[in-house]
Amino acid sequence: MNRLTFRKIVNNVMLTATGLCTLLTVSILFVILGYLIYNGGKSLDWGFFTKLPLPPGEDGGGMANAIVGSAEMVGLAALIGLPIGFLGGLYLAEFSGKFLGFAIRYTADLLNGVPSIVIGIFAWALVVVPMHSFSALAGAIALAIMLIPISMRTTEQFLSTVPNALREGALALGAPKWKVLATVIVPAAMKGILTGMILGVARVAGETAPLLFTALNNQFWPRGIAQPAASLPVMIYTHAIAPYDDWHRQAWAAGLVLLAMVLATNIAARWILSRGISVQKG
Amino acid sequence: MSATATASVLTRRSSTVKGDEIAHLVTLAFGATVVLITVLLVWNLWGASAASRSKFGIGFLWGTNWDPNAADFGALPFIYGTVMTSLMALAISVPLGVGAAIFLAEMAPPGLSSACTFLVELLAAVPSVIYGMLAIFTVVPMMREYIEPALKGAFGYLPQFQGPMLGVGYLTAAVVLAIMTFPYIIAISREALLDVPHDQREAALALGATRWETTFKVVVPYARLGILGSIFLGLARALGETMAITMVIGNDSTLHASWFAPGYTIAAVLANEFAEATGKMYTGALVELGLVLFLVTIVINALARLLVLATTRKGSAKAA
Repeated sequence: MNRLTFRKIVNNVMLTATGLCTLLTVSILFVILGYLIYNGGKSLDWGFFTKLPLPPGEDGGGMANAIVGSAEMVGLAALIGLPIGFLGGLYLAEFSGKFLGFAIRYTADLLNGVPSIVIGIFAWALVVVPMHSFSALAGAIALAIMLIPISMRTTEQFLSTVPNALREGALALGAPKWKVLATVIVPAAMKGILTGMILGVARVAGETAPLLFTALNNQFWPRGIAQPAASLPVMIYTHAIAPYDDWHRQAWAAGLVLLAMVLATNIAARWILSRGISVQKG
Repeated sequence: MSATATASVLTRRSSTVKGDEIAHLVTLAFGATVVLITVLLVWNLWGASAASRSKFGIGFLWGTNWDPNAADFGALPFIYGTVMTSLMALAISVPLGVGAAIFLAEMAPPGLSSACTFLVELLAAVPSVIYGMLAIFTVVPMMREYIEPALKGAFGYLPQFQGPMLGVGYLTAAVVLAIMTFPYIIAISREALLDVPHDQREAALALGATRWETTFKVVVPYARLGILGSIFLGLARALGETMAITMVIGNDSTLHASWFAPGYTIAAVLANEFAEATGKMYTGALVELGLVLFLVTIVINALARLLVLATTRKGSAKAA
């Protein structure tokens, strides 16, 4: 065979192979979605959102307590984590010197990469051990710890996209730096920051591992933040590994609800971001 | 200018500077929380694992016995499971992921490329417990019925492919992990490939290279640090992955040569046993496992970030 023909064949074969790799990896999302919608759709009914879980063998029931528990813990985590992350991100973008800025930025990235189960142990040692009880508070703190580096880097990223001309213009009018930040720079970047933070919240809302031995689980309605609480991800875990068909059905329904929430948030956030950026450029 | 006017300008200036300094210090305090959290985390894990560290010493790392009843703990089965599943996962996801990244960066029309990248990023957002649930009901039976028997038929003379085929085990965990690491490898590799200057491609094509030769011999080597960084990030994710693995690895704390056999990873044993662990020694051993996992992922993450940082620096220097 002619050398050139051989090279052309190799070219075509390898290019097709990379296309197949893409097809394979991307199609996984559709397989996940399709399978979850098929199974979850069959099991999802109104009772899922309003009733408490039932023991195996009894048909029906729902996961209303887990939905409330998740909302409670994720909300509390956002209340703790987002402000800390926001102010830290403000420091990184506007005040940081070379060394401290690098150190904090790098530590935030490393903390972001720490396995969530290790964050769970940390929250256990920090909250569960002194309080002598698993609690929704411990779960919320575990999620907040995960949220801090995410929201910090997001804030920094969007603040750094604000054009310097805006800063210089405001400073030239004689405003002190803190006023420039509060009235000009932060409002300009607010849409991006908020969207990024919502993405971060959606990510921790799907976390299971840090809740396993902080918030534990609960078959009943949450009773205050000092008590163990159910959450949707932990419920999916316990129901999926149990050997009962009616529990599996509940797990599918819960999986569909959780995935729909996470994907809807992500798609909406990205849509807003892509529009926002194009407007800024124009 | 009169003296009073100068004084008032001076005081006004010093008050603005003061406001800025306060803002600086307050935000610095919040920024420093990540450092504080990291230090506290290490200190807490170190303290809570004291009982186990003093009893087993460094030998904890290669002890093979895990017996909570006898309070005898060794970490090797978990370290082996963690490392094995992660490496096998990378063996699957690196060729597929880098291949897909090459397609998205070099071949695909921009519209298709950004659409696929968007879908891949959505894959990264799917919670791990959902991967686990799907794996229980799809990947596990598929491995048991088709893939493991096929592998046994082809490579049955190797100890890695012998033994009962349960569907749950190292190999299944590796397949699930591979699926979960695709998004990181594809997204970051694609960006590294897109950062390669166009002159490089044009020069290679002008010399008569085919498109594949240009990509494989010029573009990929140029972006190798970024690709390597993406692999390291994927590895760090795989090592720390908990829920999906816990649901498919089979949870068996003895060592097996077979890849079909049920095993355990550090993250999985923590997920399964931590909430029920009693006594200082048992809890201490589990916390020490967490400490090992933390240190390994920190080192790998640090390397990965430095690699990605190095490539972006190099890229910007070249562009300027």
